[in-house]
Amino acid sequence: MKTETAQTPVKIYPPKPDKVYFYGTCLIDLFYPDAGMAGIQLLEREGIEVIFPEGQTCCGQPAYSSGYHDQARSVAASQLNLFPEAWPIVVPSGSCGGMMRQHYPDLFADTPQSSQANAIAARTWELTDFLLHVCHIQLKDLGEPTTVAMHTSCSARREMGVAEVGPQLLSQLANVTLVEQARAAECCGFGGTFAIRHPEISAAMVSDKADSLVDTGATRFVTTDCGCLMNIHGHAEQSHKPIQGEHILSFLWQRTGEAHS
Amino acid sequence: MTTDTAVRDFHPRAHAALNNPQIRANFRKAMDGLMSKRQQAFEGWALDTLREQGAKARLRALAKLPELLEQLETQLTANGIQVHWAESPDEACRIIREICEARGAKSVIKGKSMVSEEMHLNAYLEAHGIEALESDLGEYIVQMAEETPSHIIMPAIHKNTGEISELMHHKTGTQRSQDVEYLTASARQQLREKFMRADVGLSGVNFAVAETGTLCLVENEGNGRMTTTVPPCHIAVTGIEKVVEKLEDITPLLALLPRSATGQHITTYVNMISGPRQPEERDGPEAVHLVLLDNGRSDIYQDDELLDTLRCIRCGACMNHCPVYTRVGGHTYGTTYPGPIGKILMPHLIGLDEGRHLPSASSLCGACGEVCPVKIPIPKLLVRLRREAVDGDQLHPSQMSGHGVKRQRFEVMIWQSWAWLNQHPRLYRLATRITTRLRKLQPHRLGAWTRYRTAPRLAPKTLHEQMSERQRGKPLAEVKR
Repeated sequence: MKTETAQTPVKIYPPKPDKVYFYGTCLIDLFYPDAGMAGIQLLEREGIEVIFPEGQTCCGQPAYSSGYHDQARSVAASQLNLFPEAWPIVVPSGSCGGMMRQHYPDLFADTPQSSQANAIAARTWELTDFLLHVCHIQLKDLGEPTTVAMHTSCSARREMGVAEVGPQLLSQLANVTLVEQARAAECCGFGGTFAIRHPEISAAMVSDKADSLVDTGATRFVTTDCGCLMNIHGHAEQSHKPIQGEHILSFLWQRTGEAHS
Repeated sequence: MTTDTAVRDFHPRAHAALNNPQIRANFRKAMDGLMSKRQQAFEGWALDTLREQGAKARLRALAKLPELLEQLETQLTANGIQVHWAESPDEACRIIREICEARGAKSVIKGKSMVSEEMHLNAYLEAHGIEALESDLGEYIVQMAEETPSHIIMPAIHKNTGEISELMHHKTGTQRSQDVEYLTASARQQLREKFMRADVGLSGVNFAVAETGTLCLVENEGNGRMTTTVPPCHIAVTGIEKVVEKLEDITPLLALLPRSATGQHITTYVNMISGPRQPEERDGPEAVHLVLLDNGRSDIYQDDELLDTLRCIRCGACMNHCPVYTRVGGHTYGTTYPGPIGKILMPHLIGLDEGRHLPSASSLCGACGEVCPVKIPIPKLLVRLRREAVDGDQLHPSQMSGHGVKRQRFEVMIWQSWAWLNQHPRLYRLATRITTRLRKLQPHRLGAWTRYRTAPRLAPKTLHEQMSERQRGKPLAEVKR
């Protein structure tokens, strides 16, 4: 009988490595490859060689959070062998990063891949967190003055513990004013299959989220996760709310890319 | 009487609640207030450490639950409190009726007890000719409105002052007023008379201390103290998981409970009940009973993961912080316990087949787990119940009553195809490449998604393609940024 509570592991950042594995995620692959390329170029600009394993598909999270753990495990198992060297694995998403870092150990508990999964979990990093705390990135803003709002995904905030990272990166940009929406920590209502299984509730949530973002006066928001982006941007577009979204990595690269590349 | 079998109508009720501006406004306002009060109440506290202490006290108790329950019975009996065990809600109702009948009791005044709601005790007693009157103000309002509690701590939170005033006017003749003080005083006056006449007082229990045989009960209105001291007989009813080992375990739990629940540093009343009136004492009931209800809890106890559900101290913080609960309100769930804790607890009490909508009605945002004072990993348990609902893991066969209720051949086929594609990287790359080439044909309507949003647009080239072109030496400039 257990008597211990699950402790949130203390994050110990590695020293800045020469190489990293880049795990692009399926949503970025299909819908937002620009955000992926932006992330890769930001890493390269920091002097890091980016290895993009060709065998990458999906981390398994959609099936995992829907309860189909057999299917999630078989997909995740096919991904475990993509990272043979001890380099960090960086993920441009709190949600997929959270799957690998927080849930792989549970998913592979009592299986022969358990220690491999644990090792991969331990070296998985959300990309903005990695840029700030491992690369110690210094951003030089080259853009015109602008105002943005930010929505940090729930998984980035609570599973990966990076709620402060996005605002800190944005604060390095001299011409960018960051405005915070009311109830910033509240979910946008995406939740993967939740948006499909409970469409009306999800719609009420995203509508409130888009309204809060509009109320900041900003016409643009950035986010760490493509799920939230699809949800909030798509809702605003459909209901003609004056706010547009993009991935934070695209935004950071646009603001700082030209002079360095 | 509202029964838990109404759970299946989750979606129609959600629809109604979402389209009811009054309900939406009442919950949003109340939950915003509760969240900010909680935050203020924990200012200056090492909250993580305190939650860790609270969790450990609960886990230690659960680790030796059978022994502690025996010790509790021994100590309570020694203190003169009569202990009754009930496996089912029906049995618990019957025990309480028999205690009443043996005393010739015709009226029961009740302090707040969610376990009595779980048993549908009021309806049962009424059906047997015993009047049951709620004395907690919120419960009193809900009873008057012939409803069920919409929140475990604030049962009438779905109503605003105007609605309450209107209700009291119709039911008791109280003058219409927006003055909360006046309405409260009026209810209090009506209740006082009932207290004086009641044959039995019935209450819940927050913590039952095994070491000392003490029942701890927190409340704000004094109705709990009156319920447990004015009538000649006091019956306490609680779930078997509410036991703690030592009196000192209450210290962290009592620091956590009111702050998490209502943002109070301490409740107005903290009752420590350790027995009936002694010969030299001037007041207190002549008889005290404790009814310990199982109702599926010992099944939860058998599973090392699900066991965490039983840590709960019923503060309601998870619902106060839940974006789904805030939108749909408590009645939408159709269960005794709504919100996140209801989603992980109710499927055990009523079976997954009845509670089939509960585990999926969450975006897994994690706000509930983040604020839980005893660190119940609620999102993880929701995923576990989803797995049970679809029999989704052959390595860990499903256990719960009603498991597999949501396993549908078509859905299984979709996930199997998804898994197959994602296990074959070459095929995945080919399929995604073809998909992006056909992007002009992408449908604008994607079921429920595009009812409220535009469809996400496929990129002209996948990241895989862009990276492979890059590796083949195409300069980056040619890759569309």
